[in-house]
Amino acid sequence: MSDYDIVIGARSDRRLTAGDYLAKLVPDFMELHGDRLCGDDPAVIGGIGTVGNIPVTVIALEKGKTTEERILHNFGSAHPEGYRKALRLMRQAEKFHRPVVCLVDTAGAFCGVDAEEHGQGRAIADNLAQMSALRTPILSVILGEGGSGGALALCHADRIWMIEDAYFSVVSPESCANILWKDTGRAGEVAEALALTAPKLKRMGLIDRICTTGDPKGLAEEIAKELAILADMRTEDLLEARYRRFRNAGY
Amino acid sequence: MEGQTGDRLSGGNVMNLKSLFMKANNAPEGSGFRLGRYIVCKGCNRRIAVARVRREFFICPSCGRYMTVRARRRILMLTDKRSFVEHDRDLTSRNVLAFPQYDEKLEAARANSRENEGVVCGTATVEGHPVCIFAMDANFMMGSMGTVVGEKITRLFEYAAGKHLPVIGVTVSGGARMQEGMLSLLQMSKVSAAVERHSAAGNLYIVLLTDPTTGGVDASFAMLGDVTLAEPGARVGFAGPRVIEKSLNQALPKGFQRAEQVLRCGFIDAIVPRKEQKTVIAKLLAWHGTP
Repeated sequence: MSDYDIVIGARSDRRLTAGDYLAKLVPDFMELHGDRLCGDDPAVIGGIGTVGNIPVTVIALEKGKTTEERILHNFGSAHPEGYRKALRLMRQAEKFHRPVVCLVDTAGAFCGVDAEEHGQGRAIADNLAQMSALRTPILSVILGEGGSGGALALCHADRIWMIEDAYFSVVSPESCANILWKDTGRAGEVAEALALTAPKLKRMGLIDRICTTGDPKGLAEEIAKELAILADMRTEDLLEARYRRFRNAGY
Repeated sequence: MEGQTGDRLSGGNVMNLKSLFMKANNAPEGSGFRLGRYIVCKGCNRRIAVARVRREFFICPSCGRYMTVRARRRILMLTDKRSFVEHDRDLTSRNVLAFPQYDEKLEAARANSRENEGVVCGTATVEGHPVCIFAMDANFMMGSMGTVVGEKITRLFEYAAGKHLPVIGVTVSGGARMQEGMLSLLQMSKVSAAVERHSAAGNLYIVLLTDPTTGGVDASFAMLGDVTLAEPGARVGFAGPRVIEKSLNQALPKGFQRAEQVLRCGFIDAIVPRKEQKTVIAKLLAWHGTP
C-alpha cells in the first residue's frame, strides 16, 4: 500500500467517522452548541461525556456518512465559528479541570469567502496560542484525514495519536504537485516525499502513538488509560512538556 | 534612510546593490524589477532611478505602487541607523525529507535573496526604544515558513520574553513550506506557543502585515499581535484566492483579502502608509512603557 493509497483510503466514505468513535468513547455524550459569538458550525461537534467515571470535553471534526450528512457537516471542513466553538469548550474544560479529547478528521479548514471574512487565519492562530497554555490535559487523535492548518488547529496537544492508516500533512499531495509542477499526476510521488503517514511521523517523533484502525472500542480504552496518566501530572509540568514537544519540532 | 547603511548591514558592497532585485518573473505582485541603475515599476512600467526609489521608501513616485522590500531594507526603514544587531544569521535549511528539487530551490532562493533563510531577526532601537524585530523576505521562496524560519522567530520571542522587550514583526509569506512537510506545519504551533509565552509575561507584540501574508503564517503569528498594522493594499488571508475561486467556482468580490477589507471585517487595527510606519510604531512603543 503506497502512501498515496493511504491518503485516498483516509478520504473514503466507507471509513468510520468521528461520530463512530465518539459513540464508543463517550456513550453518554451531550452535545453543546455554538461559539457564543455568532454561530454554530456543524463541522465541529463539541460536548461533554464521561470516560470511565471522569467527565471529559470532546471536540470532533465530523464529516458525516450519507450525502445528506456530509452536506450538513460541510464535509468536515470547519469555518472560523467551528474553531471558536472548540476554543470556547476548551476554555470551559479548563475552568472545570476536565481533560480535552480532540478527534480530528478533515481535509482542511473551509476555503470560502465567508470563512475568510470571518477570520479563518485568526481563529486557527487563536487555537494554537490558547491551547499551548490551556491548563488541562489535551489528547488529539487523527482518525482519517489530518489536513493542514485545519487539522493542526485541534492538535496543539500533550499527546498526538494517529490511526494507523490516517495521514497528517502540510498540504494535500494533489495541491502540492499542482503548485510545484502544475501536474496533479505526480501526487503519488509527492505523497511519498511529504512523509505524511503515521509510521513516518512516529519515526520523526512528531506523533506519540499509532492506533489500530476500525477499533473505536479499543481506542476508547487506550484514551481512558492515557487520560489517567495525564491527570496525574502537575499542570506546570504538563504545560512545560507541551511547550517542549512543539519547541523541539524540526530544529 | 541611506543606501550605504543598507550595504553595510547586508554585509556586502556596492556591487551587491545590483542584485537587490530579483528577476521580474519571480517577483511577487507589487514589485518592481531592476534594469541597470533604474527600477522598472510593475504598476506603470516607468523607469525610476534606484536612488530615488530608495529615498521614496520603495513607493513608485509615478504611480504610488508599493514595491516589494527585502527584509534587511525593511528593518532599516523601521529602526534607528546602525542600531540593528542580527541574531542567528547562519541558520540554514537542510532538505531533511529529501524532497525532490528542494536543494536546488534553496540554492536559488539564497542567490535570489542573498539571505540564508526567509526571515531576518535581531535587536534594534526605534526612535530610541529597544526592540526585537523580525522581517520576512519575499525573495526567499516567497517568505515560506520552514523549520529555520520557525526556529529563528521562536528564538527571537524567547529572547524578547527573557529581556522583557517588545517584538516588532514584519510578515510576508505564502505560508508553510511544503518541501519540509509536517515539520514546517508544526512551526505554526511552535511560534504561536512562543508568542503566547511572550504575551503572557506582559510584553508587547506589534505586527506589520505586508503583501502578501497568507496561509500558515496568517493562521499563526501574523494574527497574534497586540496591535496589528498593515500596509495599504496588502493581501491578508488564509486560503489563496485562486483556491477559493476554484473550489467555489465563483468570482471573488472586489477588494477581497485586501488590508482595507480585512480591517472592515475586524482583523486589522490600522493601515499605515510606509513612510509613517516608523513613527506610528515608535508612538505605540512609547505608550507601552518601554524607556
